[in-house]
Amino acid sequence: MTNFIIRSIGQRLVLLVFISIISHAIVHLAPGEPSLVDPANPMMKAEDIARIRAAFHLDDPIHLQYAYWIRDLMSGELKSFKDSQPVLPKIWDRFLNSLPLFLIGTLITWFLAFPMGIQAALHRGSLFDRAGTFFSYAFISIPGFFLSLILIILVVKTFDVPVIGMRTFGLEDSPLFFRSMDRLWHLTIPAVMSAVTGVAVLSRYVRSQMLEVIHQDYIRTARAKGLPEDVVIYRHGLRNALLPFITMFGLTLPGLIGGSVIFETIFAWPGMGRLGYEAILGRDFPVIMTLNFITAILVLVGTLLSDILYAVVDPRIKF
Amino acid sequence: MNENTMPQAEALPPATSLLAERWRVLKKNRMAYLSFWFLLFLFVLAIAGKALTEWFVVFNPQTVRLSETFLPPLSVFQSEVIPLEDAPVFGIYLLGTDELGRDVFARMLEGTFVSLMVGFVAVGISFTVGIVMGGLAGFYGRVRLGFLTVDSLIMRLVDIMLCFPTFFLILTVVALLPPSIYNIMIVIGLTSWMGTARFVRAEFLALRDQDFVTAARAQAIPEWRIIFIHMVPNAIAPVLVSATIGVATAILTESSLSFLGFGVQPPDATWGNILSDGKSFIFDAPWLTFIPGFTILIVVLAFNLCGEGLREAFNPKLKEGR
Repeated sequence: MTNFIIRSIGQRLVLLVFISIISHAIVHLAPGEPSLVDPANPMMKAEDIARIRAAFHLDDPIHLQYAYWIRDLMSGELKSFKDSQPVLPKIWDRFLNSLPLFLIGTLITWFLAFPMGIQAALHRGSLFDRAGTFFSYAFISIPGFFLSLILIILVVKTFDVPVIGMRTFGLEDSPLFFRSMDRLWHLTIPAVMSAVTGVAVLSRYVRSQMLEVIHQDYIRTARAKGLPEDVVIYRHGLRNALLPFITMFGLTLPGLIGGSVIFETIFAWPGMGRLGYEAILGRDFPVIMTLNFITAILVLVGTLLSDILYAVVDPRIKF
Repeated sequence: MNENTMPQAEALPPATSLLAERWRVLKKNRMAYLSFWFLLFLFVLAIAGKALTEWFVVFNPQTVRLSETFLPPLSVFQSEVIPLEDAPVFGIYLLGTDELGRDVFARMLEGTFVSLMVGFVAVGISFTVGIVMGGLAGFYGRVRLGFLTVDSLIMRLVDIMLCFPTFFLILTVVALLPPSIYNIMIVIGLTSWMGTARFVRAEFLALRDQDFVTAARAQAIPEWRIIFIHMVPNAIAPVLVSATIGVATAILTESSLSFLGFGVQPPDATWGNILSDGKSFIFDAPWLTFIPGFTILIVVLAFNLCGEGLREAFNPKLKEGR
């Protein structure tokens, strides 16, 4: 077991090196240049551009730039092109904003998807099952931003609460209760939106997984022993059906960045996805590369976690 | 007498070809079957749209009529300021007009072709790359290049690609490259081939030791012919089925990119950029948002349902149950 963990960490470190090279190359080989963002600005003279390019090592060969990036990243001195702020604290701030959105979205996803999937599987072919199937497909197919627009208008018109941004401007001095209610309102809709697709996909998986388990021999044996139906379903069935979802749980980690670009942009939520979007708009190479790199780390950590959990939960798996 | 023999004759399974049988299974799934015909209708519409908006212009999606802005759907053309050749076909704005007085129906028609083309070309690229990569890994898996086998080389590349956040990566590349519809197709295609590659590799691992491959080798058939003429057709049916769902994903990705302003650039219309232009006027002219939005929803839904139906029809496990 320890051997396995050490070996897979080693493999992942090698992968990480290649990932950093590729994410560096993609950003630097593409034709967009940070100095081209604002070409019409009359304050920018040719020598200014040359000075800025030199300061950011943009004229060096690409492998040197890569070395500079890794050195600065490791020593924590990597600076954003846009405002010369250190990149890592900047990302950490945004990470703290993204975290509640991600946590609540994930909670909604898992707490809704499982009961729905299990019910659909137990009453296969019922009205609930068929409606669930149809609505899952509809929610997978609807563009997220379109649904968000509809939802924003609906909520603002019916409940008259603010939904854009993280908090209402000017409420800083109000009592704690009002501030937390305000935060909650702002949080709800983006979190629901980021959970919608997850619920649709996951409940389908749960359903098919339950359907597979329910026809196994050990379920029939459990029923034949005269166990109550609830015990059969939740103790004998669900526990076996749960196994593949441990893998999926690890894979939700990278959703912290990648999945949230659209929703954070729509809801003006100052999280990591929006940071990435702003960095792309401003050709802020260090931020883009570092975000890519962090996501890759999250993916690798997620798969490692799910491998280990899998071995812990399923005694049949040995290394 | 006749009544007694009839049921026996009917109990025998009719001799049908494989394709006909799959078709029968698909037909039973009513939603998938409807989606299939809807998609066929959509292809015709897309080609008709391309023909009527570009080759012999009947609907001109770029005609600007500044006195006719924000007309709701089904309004009749009555303006006296605008010359008659700029009037919409049949004198009616079927889906209304936008902020420049352009006919939304004509723009949606033009967008149908562009959106579908983005979906199909992107999926075509991703499947070509996926089949080649997966085929190489599966067929030449044991060949060594230095200290690595071909298989581990390609599969590590797949692992690396899977680590990138797809949408963020697409966004980065599309934003850095000069805006063009072809870049979008290529980028979407090149970031989504990993699943196919894995699948084709697994199929090839099972196929490469089968008798028909050995027979082909014994006849000294060149290896590329064995791969592409003999093995790929045996591995491809499930891949094609998931291509249907891939098209849906590509259309959604394109519309999200357009929504963020990195998609297909004006004056070319796609469903995504009609929606993203229209969202600023959602209170004054809701049809500019809802028409493209629901179009995307319905089309993507049709692709998903059809793909799911095909997957069920081509799943050998489910065949016995019916």
